[in-house]
Amino acid sequence: LYRRTQKMFCVGEESWVDSRTVYIGHKEPPPGAEAYIPQRYPDNRIVSSKYTFWNFIPKNLFEQFRRIANFYFLVIFLVQLIIDTPTSPVTSGLPLFFVITVTAIKQGYEDWLRHKADCSINECPVDVVQQGKVVRTQSHKLRVGDVVMVREDETFPCDLILLSSSRHDGTCYVTTTSLDGESSHKTYYAVPDTMAFTTEQEVDSLHATIECEQPQPDLYKFVGRINIYKDKEEPVARPLGAENLLLRGATLKNTQHIYAVAIYTGMETKMALNYQSKSQKRSAVEKSMNAFLIVYLCILISKAVINTVLKYAWQWSPDRDEPWYNHRTEHERQRHVVCLFIHRFLAFMVLFNYIIPVSMYVTVEMQKFLGSYFITWDEDMFDEELGEGAQVNTSDLNEELGQVEYVFTDKTGTLTENNMEFIECYRKERSAQLKEHEDLFFRALCLCHTVQVKEEETVDGIKRGIHQGRPTSFYISSSPDEVALVEGMKKLGYTYLRLRDNHMEILNKDDEIERFELLHVLNFDSVRRRMSVIVRSSSGECLLFCKGADSSIFPRVVSGKVEQVKARVEQNAVEGLRTLCVAYKSLTEADYQEACFHLTEAKLALQDREQRLAQAYDIIERDWLQEKAADTIESLHKAGMKVWVLTGDKMETAAATCYASKLFRRTLYLWVCYSANTRPHNHIYTLLHLVLHRCSLSVDCLDFGLIIDGATLSAVLKPNPESAGHGNYREIFLEICRNCSAVLCCRMAPLQKAQIVKLIKASKEHPITLAIGDGANDVSMIQEAHVGIGVMGKEGRQAARNSDYAIPKFKHLKKILLVHGHYYYIRIAELVQYFFYKNVCFIFPQFLYQFFCGFSQQPLYDTAYLTLYNISFTSLPILLYSLVEQHVSVETLKREPSLYRDIAKNSLLRWPVFLYWTCLGVFDAVIFFFGAYFLFDNTTFTSNGQMFGNWTFGTLVFTVLVFTVTLKLALDTHHWTWINHFVIWGSLLFYVIFSLLWGGIIWYNFCLLQMYYVFMQMLSSGPAWLSIILLITVSLLPDVIKKVLCRAICPTRLSAHR
Amino acid sequence: MQKKENQEVENRPDNTAFTQQRLPAWQPILSAGIVIPLFVLVGLAFIGIGVALFVTSRNLHVLEMDYTGVEKTSPCFSCSDPIKQKNCKCSLSFELDKLFEGPVFFYYGLTNYFQNQRAYGVSKDYNQLSGDLDYFTFFFSIVPDSTCKPYRYDVNNKPIVPCGSLANSMFNDTFNLYQMKNGVKEEVPLDGKGISWWTDYNIKYRNPSVNPLRNAFNGTVKPLYWSKPAYELDPTDTANNGFINQDFLVWMRRSALPNFRKLYRRITDGLPAGNYSLEISYNYPVIAFDGKKKVAFSNVSWMGGKNEFLGIAYLVIGSLCLVMSVVMLIIYHWRNSSPDAN
Repeated sequence: LYRRTQKMFCVGEESWVDSRTVYIGHKEPPPGAEAYIPQRYPDNRIVSSKYTFWNFIPKNLFEQFRRIANFYFLVIFLVQLIIDTPTSPVTSGLPLFFVITVTAIKQGYEDWLRHKADCSINECPVDVVQQGKVVRTQSHKLRVGDVVMVREDETFPCDLILLSSSRHDGTCYVTTTSLDGESSHKTYYAVPDTMAFTTEQEVDSLHATIECEQPQPDLYKFVGRINIYKDKEEPVARPLGAENLLLRGATLKNTQHIYAVAIYTGMETKMALNYQSKSQKRSAVEKSMNAFLIVYLCILISKAVINTVLKYAWQWSPDRDEPWYNHRTEHERQRHVVCLFIHRFLAFMVLFNYIIPVSMYVTVEMQKFLGSYFITWDEDMFDEELGEGAQVNTSDLNEELGQVEYVFTDKTGTLTENNMEFIECYRKERSAQLKEHEDLFFRALCLCHTVQVKEEETVDGIKRGIHQGRPTSFYISSSPDEVALVEGMKKLGYTYLRLRDNHMEILNKDDEIERFELLHVLNFDSVRRRMSVIVRSSSGECLLFCKGADSSIFPRVVSGKVEQVKARVEQNAVEGLRTLCVAYKSLTEADYQEACFHLTEAKLALQDREQRLAQAYDIIERDWLQEKAADTIESLHKAGMKVWVLTGDKMETAAATCYASKLFRRTLYLWVCYSANTRPHNHIYTLLHLVLHRCSLSVDCLDFGLIIDGATLSAVLKPNPESAGHGNYREIFLEICRNCSAVLCCRMAPLQKAQIVKLIKASKEHPITLAIGDGANDVSMIQEAHVGIGVMGKEGRQAARNSDYAIPKFKHLKKILLVHGHYYYIRIAELVQYFFYKNVCFIFPQFLYQFFCGFSQQPLYDTAYLTLYNISFTSLPILLYSLVEQHVSVETLKREPSLYRDIAKNSLLRWPVFLYWTCLGVFDAVIFFFGAYFLFDNTTFTSNGQMFGNWTFGTLVFTVLVFTVTLKLALDTHHWTWINHFVIWGSLLFYVIFSLLWGGIIWYNFCLLQMYYVFMQMLSSGPAWLSIILLITVSLLPDVIKKVLCRAICPTRLSAHR
Repeated sequence: MQKKENQEVENRPDNTAFTQQRLPAWQPILSAGIVIPLFVLVGLAFIGIGVALFVTSRNLHVLEMDYTGVEKTSPCFSCSDPIKQKNCKCSLSFELDKLFEGPVFFYYGLTNYFQNQRAYGVSKDYNQLSGDLDYFTFFFSIVPDSTCKPYRYDVNNKPIVPCGSLANSMFNDTFNLYQMKNGVKEEVPLDGKGISWWTDYNIKYRNPSVNPLRNAFNGTVKPLYWSKPAYELDPTDTANNGFINQDFLVWMRRSALPNFRKLYRRITDGLPAGNYSLEISYNYPVIAFDGKKKVAFSNVSWMGGKNEFLGIAYLVIGSLCLVMSVVMLIIYHWRNSSPDAN
């Protein structure tokens, strides 16, 4: 009992919080009405920016130092500041500062753009009705409860409830292009009690409150109630629904002005709630990068430990520990043993810390950011029809495009054009009633829709329906099906003219205008999969027309030759046509009244209502395959990707499309798991086992295809207690799927699509998945997959907006994957490996030098070299390489999709490759160091007998290092554009000029004198030149030999195509 | 419609070679036709250079002698005893059977001596060494530079000039070379000019502009291990004193490795064949840390002193290139013929 009361209490509380009450025009309700607790609402300011002017620096720094690499360098920097370390804090401080600054500038710029956008939105003028007058104010000053006047072509400043419009029927037209991409004009309605107000004064006199739910992100849901108080009478309550709610971001069309009241403002508007940040996706490359980083961190620590231990071993004898020429200070002698140990260890850490490439992350970030422009710039992915090219919404996943193993595609609008054309209709009825029924059928199609008619002159939207020399008007609708139908009817002689005063006008075959009063429209939704209208003809007869998917129509049909129609429908579906069924029922006045009563009371409780429908018709439309879809699918197959089609469509239609798009070849052996819900679990289980058995028996497993429907799938995926003994369906299903080259899942709910993607993602190979779709129903799958691609289709922009990349057509997938993805992967893989390589080369000689300087943490290189190695001497060539490298030509990649297999499974960033690079780095470092060592050993380098010191030694090693590392990149470059030449030779030249200047000028600080004239002195000696040439050649030799031999002995397909 | 067309033009990506990734490019391929001739060429060039270096190096002479005095037979054995170390002199005789062509460079060498230790290397005050008198005084924590510890100031808080371990441990053995001509010792002239880097002598190190130089050093003390103050390093040449003393400059340029040679003097005319005696005033202790002291006479060529490593390395790499080109030729031949056989 206690629990129940508690529950009730909770429910009560929730419902209290769950609604808000808005006083229209801030007028208190008359006393005696229910008392409301006033709530605080935010103002109408939109804040999409992350930072403000004041908190930018602390907040941005905090964000950046949350990244582990940056934090590591900060710690190193602080260690350098605190203890006496071999290198000055500048050496790690400056690169860190550089990296942080570059990132901060990039983020600051992006945020500034957002600020500017916010500002222009927040300061745009809005007309508010106050004391019966229209007052112009700024958008961000708007409050909940304000009555707003919006003019034609203006955008709504916040979420509004329509009170009245300039149209006397109280409707207004709105496009929601910027919200969900639907360019059609939608109709919104005012409550009948308020729609008569046409002037400010009248609106101001309104005394009403609105109760509504708290803001929630679903664009298409709204529940509320308006209470209108009139002269001490009982308030009149009217229901409010989504059709009364004007959303922020939508634009008023074809209506002079409207009055509306603000109910959700600022960050509580549905648009703002929808723009919340998506979860971050991380690419496989980034994961391996982090793994490598950890390996290097281990190398670093072990190096420091080895050196510290060796230092103690070496210093065992006191003469070595403290020779007479190098006494320690009292302070050092008195230091505690543990403290000294830590101190020494940290000093070694600092000395070797450069092995972690500080600039790698910033280079990778810049490479991704700049590289993604090549996708946007690509002319091949520009669509003339849409007037748009590809869009990159996140540049973090560029290289993931080259790693895709599974492609999940939507059918409608993605594989197919979603361009409907009315092909044929099919009727079956008794011949006696032929004429009458035919008329009725055509009328049904003419009336049962939500199409709007636009006169030619007033329209600036998308143009449709220029028809047979009578381009008087065209149709706009949210669904292309409806347009196709109405246009089809026009061809057959029944022209839908317009909706006027709630009357639909039709021009029939005999050029007479028929008028039907539109009583109710029950809109299409994806649950019911049908829509209905109730109209009253001029003769007073009430008719209900229903149109929808066959599966939702047939169960409700009570008379007519259902079986025949059904057969025909299925036959057509097999041919790849989209089918719809139409039914009608004539209602008696009593029926209508009853329906009306139910409707007004429960509004949407439509499912409960029994409908007896009299007759079924069948309409067939054709959905054309998108151009080159078949070619694309074939290429993807050849590239080793598995293509799955996930569609909500019927099996037959979907299968036909699959055949047409060459997803299923004719030779393919198809397994069909298509079941009604009634099939027992055991059956599915046996079926799956059978399939698996056959699969494993067959040698050529690749020629299997699988068709499965949503119901079966959910049965398979649902953990079932009964089947505990039968093992796991999921595993078996996955096993089958892995063996099939093509899988078609039909009758899928949007959420199921995401589930499938998740299932494959979680399977044991962890393959990289890509989801492509165009509609709102694909969004969940797009967000779930590793890479989500949106097709800028006709079903709206929701998919494109939520995707990582948006392309105009399905065929562009080929280029974005096979060419761009391939390139980006090759580029970033080289970038990552090269970065580690060059830092091994850089720091390993320094490690070796410790063995020859008594483990005293003496740096081998000068401070300037330590600082600038990563940020200027070797940074640009690799950045530019990773932007413009093309190891094979674009044409070859397009022609030979199988090349894509070469880089599958992250092949260039696997451990053996990483090991090769690291070994190469160590080898080169050993060559640099010992080469210089033997050359310096007890000999004179100059022709005047003078000796060189330690800085010359370091400079010699460093010069060899910079040249080798840059030339190694030059060896790996296959595509030498002028940019590569400029950057590679330019950066070497820069090194030489910098060294000349650095050593040639007396800088202010005398500490820097250690490098004075060292570089020139080195260059003045012949042996130094000879040894530099020798050491560079020796370091590069193994790599050249390896390349040549690999080419000769085991040529890859890649090299064959060069 | 007009507006829409404009918009399309705006959205259309630029059709330039760069944006479309179609920049003209040179695409080198490491194919057999290029690589094998390249290897042969490089190999031949390297062998050529190697032979030249090797021959040059062979023609150079180096005479190196150890005078540490560890063994009892060594002439300097008596001096190596730390007790009798003060002003000990010993002499080393050697014989040249043919002319040592000039110029001959006279080096001293130390082994197992870590001039490249970090704490040792930074232990100096550049401001002092560039002749800034402000740094000749003692100012508690700033002047002289704290890196000079523990050789910053003496017990009386007088600053040490030049301060620091590096200067303090300056090599202080001196040598005189005599040729024995019919039993008569004839001193060989040793040229001590220009043995340090030109920039060190003229730009980097400076004496304070005080005349006479010793006045600048008032109130300072000489480094603890030095027998003479800095302004009296070379009694024969007043211009060779202070911080621009050639021997001091040579010492201050730290060696890269623990076994090193430093230039001591130059013998311009070379050494004719005959018997020689090298008189050493033995001051510098090295036995404590297992070090060795050496003297070396060497002549140099265009490629520096005698160093066979460079020549041999060139020869090895050159021949390796040739071998690799042969190997590659065989492999390519085999690759090209095997498909025909199939």
